[in-house]
Amino acid sequence: MSDGPRAIVAAHGQFAAGLVSAVACIAGEAAAARLVPLSNATLGGAELAEALRQAVESSGARVVFTDLPAGSCTIAARRVARDHPGLAVVCGANLPLLLSFAVASPGASVTLREAVDKARAAMLVAGEAPRAD
Amino acid sequence: MPIEVFRIDDRLIHGQVVVGWGQPLELAFIVLVDDDVAASEWEQDLYRMGVPPEMRVHFESVAGALTHLPEYQQMTPPGLLLTGDTVTMRQLVEGGASIPRVNVGGLHHQTERVPRLRYVFLTPEEEADLTAIAARGVDVAAQDLPGASAVPLADLLTGRGE
Repeated sequence: MSDGPRAIVAAHGQFAAGLVSAVACIAGEAAAARLVPLSNATLGGAELAEALRQAVESSGARVVFTDLPAGSCTIAARRVARDHPGLAVVCGANLPLLLSFAVASPGASVTLREAVDKARAAMLVAGEAPRAD
Repeated sequence: MPIEVFRIDDRLIHGQVVVGWGQPLELAFIVLVDDDVAASEWEQDLYRMGVPPEMRVHFESVAGALTHLPEYQQMTPPGLLLTGDTVTMRQLVEGGASIPRVNVGGLHHQTERVPRLRYVFLTPEEEADLTAIAARGVDVAAQDLPGASAVPLADLLTGRGE
């Protein structure tokens, strides 16, 4: 099923590895193999951008998923995308988004925007939730 | 004090700054002091992109920051001043900026740096910068997040922070 890595998942701490692990649990190792996790732990801004650049170039990935829009991974991904036309950067990655992406067949017509719409729709409040503050 | 935090962080604007410090301290603005970023619209757009709309970002060169710092220190609600390296903060302090304390928030792994804390790695030159800043009467301590313990410079430099 896997046609090799297609995306990098770059995030804080062990979040990326956890997300990819969860994709493996739900969709199988072949689907998870399409995603390469990368942590920003211990890396400064320049070092993170270089690590991400190497990951993109060695894997041939065309998409970088990141966690926080204001986070260092997103900043680094946008730097890399500047030198790699066609590389998409998608912020706010969650499990539904990665599942949509990872299980799509290579020739599928599912666009990133459609996958993002599905992921956004998957976020909901079940029952009465306490206030965040 | 309108600028609550004077931070050195080689990631510049990122999650810890915007969320970790920005939300609990209700910071309304960031002054990013970096000569390269101040000269590049692209760099400024990059850092501006992820900041929530209620938070303003001002980009300054070292010279610009020294000129405009008194204005920023009149602003309310409070903000945070950010440099990406020790030498820029040292230039501000030695240039006469009124800076009571410096927060070493993140200087990450590089081959020439020695680990001091999980989030602070320093070269001898960076240690000299921090020592020079402290010699001006500035309280220098490492602290990645508001809820973490501040590690005084003396402990930081002797590796007794963790």
